[in-house]
Amino acid sequence: MTDLFSKFDPLIEMRANLLASGVEDPFGLVMEKVLSPTVAVCNGRETILLGTYNYMGMTFDPDVIAAGKQALDEFGSGTTGSRVLNGTYAGHRAVEDALKEFYGMDHAMVFSTGYQANLGIISTIAGKGDYIVLDIDSHASIWDGCKMGDAEVVPFKHNDIEAMEKRLKRIPEGAGKLVVLEGVYSMLGDIAPLKEMIRVAKENGAMVLVDEAHSMGFIGPNGRGVAEEQGVLDQVDFVIGTFSKSVGTVGGFCVSNHPKFEIMRLVCRPYVFTASLPPSVVHTAATSIRKLMHAGNKRAHLWENSRVLHKGLKDAGFQLGTDEPQSAIISVIMPDLERGAAMWEALLHEGLYVNLARPPATPANMTLLRCSLCAEHTAEQVQTIIGMFKRAGAKAGILG
Amino acid sequence: MDRAATAEKIAALIEPFNKKGVAISDATTFAGDLEFDSLTVMDFVAAIEDEFDIIISMNQQAEIENYGQLIDAVVKLQG
Repeated sequence: MTDLFSKFDPLIEMRANLLASGVEDPFGLVMEKVLSPTVAVCNGRETILLGTYNYMGMTFDPDVIAAGKQALDEFGSGTTGSRVLNGTYAGHRAVEDALKEFYGMDHAMVFSTGYQANLGIISTIAGKGDYIVLDIDSHASIWDGCKMGDAEVVPFKHNDIEAMEKRLKRIPEGAGKLVVLEGVYSMLGDIAPLKEMIRVAKENGAMVLVDEAHSMGFIGPNGRGVAEEQGVLDQVDFVIGTFSKSVGTVGGFCVSNHPKFEIMRLVCRPYVFTASLPPSVVHTAATSIRKLMHAGNKRAHLWENSRVLHKGLKDAGFQLGTDEPQSAIISVIMPDLERGAAMWEALLHEGLYVNLARPPATPANMTLLRCSLCAEHTAEQVQTIIGMFKRAGAKAGILG
Repeated sequence: MDRAATAEKIAALIEPFNKKGVAISDATTFAGDLEFDSLTVMDFVAAIEDEFDIIISMNQQAEIENYGQLIDAVVKLQG
């Protein structure tokens, strides 16, 4: 018998070697208590959270929690059904209405996760004979959506407008074209030049899908994302987003002005063949989205946090993913996985949680310590974080 | 462009990517013999696409395991 698990042997060995060095398991962290959007008890220690994507700190908002509790009482713990059968409750409609208002778009469709939103929309709209042109650094859910569909998949170098244009121009006449971009790329925290890329996509007759998972609520005058910030949201055919970051719960969505968009509810398999979100989740999401429409002060504070942390880490001598802060993600580049894991552990012992990101999830096989800031981090916490990084960096031999 | 002329151009294009100086024949595999990782594949494919003004989609790349298959595919894609 061939052991089907033998293909995982290299990864099993890599993990065993890492743990044999005595480092705390970076992928086995347990949050025992969560005290606020920015502080939890992890592995027995009180820890500042700097790797949760909880950008707007909505997870403990009293109105959001009250909406969830009320929905639990009034609608029960779950829907036990698909959106197209018995799984559409008042709350699912309410959150889709909130999304339409938030983005100023005609249609909104809610999925059970952000992963499923990309998987479902991309695999359904781009079919046999169509072409998907996408950035090589796209999220796994985008790649999996491409793999699940039957379209021809054509990647181009990250954020390279010319490489994208060349590929679009080589696509056979008459073929359907979908360009897939992200507003913020989550590994390095850099943004896409959407204005130019969308112009080129449109000149070449392509429809455009933009994943704004890491910008919603924060980037753009109304928090609609990078496309809004760059003044091109009206030219985006499909915006994909998630409730598991700024919105503070779980779920995914697509908003669109396409006149035929509603047919997606019948043809998109990851929407049809799964249970809908629980009532408590959609009510918390709807409440949170409506509050995010009026969160200008929080947005300003989050930008301030991002600028201060970026400057503090840069001045301390760390190598960062971007020269200037472009989002609420600050990525610290590690020399290799071993020292990255040692630094991650040293930070955890200081009382700071960040994400350890490693190949194959990272571009160019980099090991990264990815920090995601929250609008609820105080200015004082950000200074504490910089101090922790300096001490841990010296201890792990990252800083000279 | 015929197979010989195409092969000659590809031979020149692969040179900077063949860091270990592996002797290349039609049977040389990209993943095994040349040890191309995903980034190298992307850059190498882009170089070929630009030279011949073609698209080699990921779907087509999945069918190409060795050097000979690549030359055949590029000949075919040029029409």
